[in-house]
Amino acid sequence: MEFDWPFFFEVLIGGLLAGVMYSLVALGFVLIYKASGVFNFAQGAMVFFAALTFVSLVEKGLNFWLAMAATLAIMVALGVAIERVVLRPLVNQPQITLFMATIGLTFFLEGLSQGMWGAQVHGLELGIKDVPFKVAGISISQFDLFAAGTAAALVAALAVFFQKTRIGRALRAVADDHQAALSVGIPLKHIWAIVWAVAGFVALVAGLLWGSRIGVQFSLTLIALKALPVLILGGFESIPGAIVGGLIIGASEKLAEVYIGSPIGLGIGTGMENWFPYMLALVFLLVRPEGLFGEKHIDRV
Amino acid sequence: MFYREAGQFRVSYAEDQRIFPIRQDRYGFVAVLLVAFVGVPLLANEYWFSAILIPFLILSLAALGLNILTGYTGQLSLGTAGFMAVGAFAAFNFAIRIPGLPILAVFMLAGLTAALVGIVFGLPSLRIKGFYLAVATLAAQFFIEWVLTKFGWFSNNNPSGVITAPAMKLFGMFPVDTPMKRYLFTLTIVAVMALLAKNMMRCATGRAFMAVRDMDVAAEVIGIPMLRTKLLAFAISSFYCGVAGALWAFAYLGSVEPQAFTLDRSFQILFMIILGGVGTVLGSFLGAAFIVLLPIFLNNFVHRIVPGLSSDLLSNLELMIFGGLIIFFLAVEPHGLARLWQIGKEKLRLWPFPH
Repeated sequence: MEFDWPFFFEVLIGGLLAGVMYSLVALGFVLIYKASGVFNFAQGAMVFFAALTFVSLVEKGLNFWLAMAATLAIMVALGVAIERVVLRPLVNQPQITLFMATIGLTFFLEGLSQGMWGAQVHGLELGIKDVPFKVAGISISQFDLFAAGTAAALVAALAVFFQKTRIGRALRAVADDHQAALSVGIPLKHIWAIVWAVAGFVALVAGLLWGSRIGVQFSLTLIALKALPVLILGGFESIPGAIVGGLIIGASEKLAEVYIGSPIGLGIGTGMENWFPYMLALVFLLVRPEGLFGEKHIDRV
Repeated sequence: MFYREAGQFRVSYAEDQRIFPIRQDRYGFVAVLLVAFVGVPLLANEYWFSAILIPFLILSLAALGLNILTGYTGQLSLGTAGFMAVGAFAAFNFAIRIPGLPILAVFMLAGLTAALVGIVFGLPSLRIKGFYLAVATLAAQFFIEWVLTKFGWFSNNNPSGVITAPAMKLFGMFPVDTPMKRYLFTLTIVAVMALLAKNMMRCATGRAFMAVRDMDVAAEVIGIPMLRTKLLAFAISSFYCGVAGALWAFAYLGSVEPQAFTLDRSFQILFMIILGGVGTVLGSFLGAAFIVLLPIFLNNFVHRIVPGLSSDLLSNLELMIFGGLIIFFLAVEPHGLARLWQIGKEKLRLWPFPH
């Protein structure tokens, strides 16, 4: 059988673009982990909360940008509240305790968003048509391109924010060493609140893109699980890692589904996309235990 | 006052090394066993047995398994439910494919199968640590779920993937059919395995586990074989989880599908050990009791104080309170309920003359 190259590239590009969407979610994880060492499982719930709040505000008749601003304000308030209520009492606790607290937060946010806005599925129109167009015989989704562009812009903005601004410098200092940062007078509490607010903003962007893709519904919380292999592949501390990891996971997931899972290929059965990224990440980890771009830790006795 | 060990002298090594060196603890332990084996069957009704007590015991066993891995050895795992699923499906297959196999042998083999799978998924732990490992164990969780759903052989080609446990007969003649008998059966297995775990964690094995937890490089330097210790922890932990899974299918539900062992279950069990107390046997039980009882309590409680809420809002409210309580408990006592119990005991020792 002749190998169908155009089809291969179509799958590959579709996968790469889908991977960008994963990166968006992973980005929120990385931000928080970098700055506060908290593995924030609630990122998925935050994405869901942001998207649901936004959609509900729009359906209440609010203007698009007004709703955006209002949601952003709510997410910032949420970030500050999380810092105050969840993180501050748990300062200096082991990481696993903080991780569990964010799982508790996940339950809380899921209950809150559905209790406030109801559990029905909302459609979300961003004004971008999801029609594929053809380049050299390969069809590419316009929407995916838009999502990729947004992600690129977001990463660029974050990079500038981290490298060029005063707050960004403080964030990097905190990420490097909490105690050293404290001792040169960086207000840790403010920094954490800012990071969670920024993560809230990233969650909003991810929520809007994912929401208009699959509808604003409860399963949005599950995309956090999609982002985890991306994270360990790229390394918890690295923003470029999140992007590259997303691309690798997205592409290989789609290729595996088509060429290993489905009857066109080896046909071992569909539905592999749940575990395949994890297995792939696992294999990568065996070679590089701290992810592709993660920081190497040297253990000393 | 009633917790004073004054006057209790240990005059032989055997006395020094017993599980409960203090007399009051020994009496307390016997009393708890008496209540569980005699008192509860006399008092509890069918609803209590099959809706609360049996799931509580089984989840305690699973929590104990996770505690051996996470609490004692320090390897964070999110694949607990996956190993439970392996146990449940292995027990089912052993029971129907080898007719006449004694039920205890079925459970043993199910546990061993889970242990084997645990060793395979524990291999990465030699190189990967911390959260990277936690996410890597998710691979086990999702992969096992997928395999059990996808390949009909595991559920004896049942189209919906449901397995129905055959009736249990102890020693080939005592049927374990009523809720009370199933409770006693579960209780016996859980009690024996908990006692084993308690002992195992006191001896060389447990000490090696704890050394690995506290600092694995240092442990390796003083000559603890890393490969063997970590894999042994995975094997023992998975064995416990596997038996718990088998009990879940055989003694609790009767018929289960792979979807009974999703990631949510793994998190539920992780919650149990965090809230109950990481690295304590008692904590596994306290945590399981808390997590099993809390939703039931919340359901009744919220109904009572705000009647007439729609069930939709109610379940969301429960979710919020549950999440909030977890954060609250973590903030108040990060070392779990077992630690509270320990503090209480210390207080009682000195009471009423604390100086």
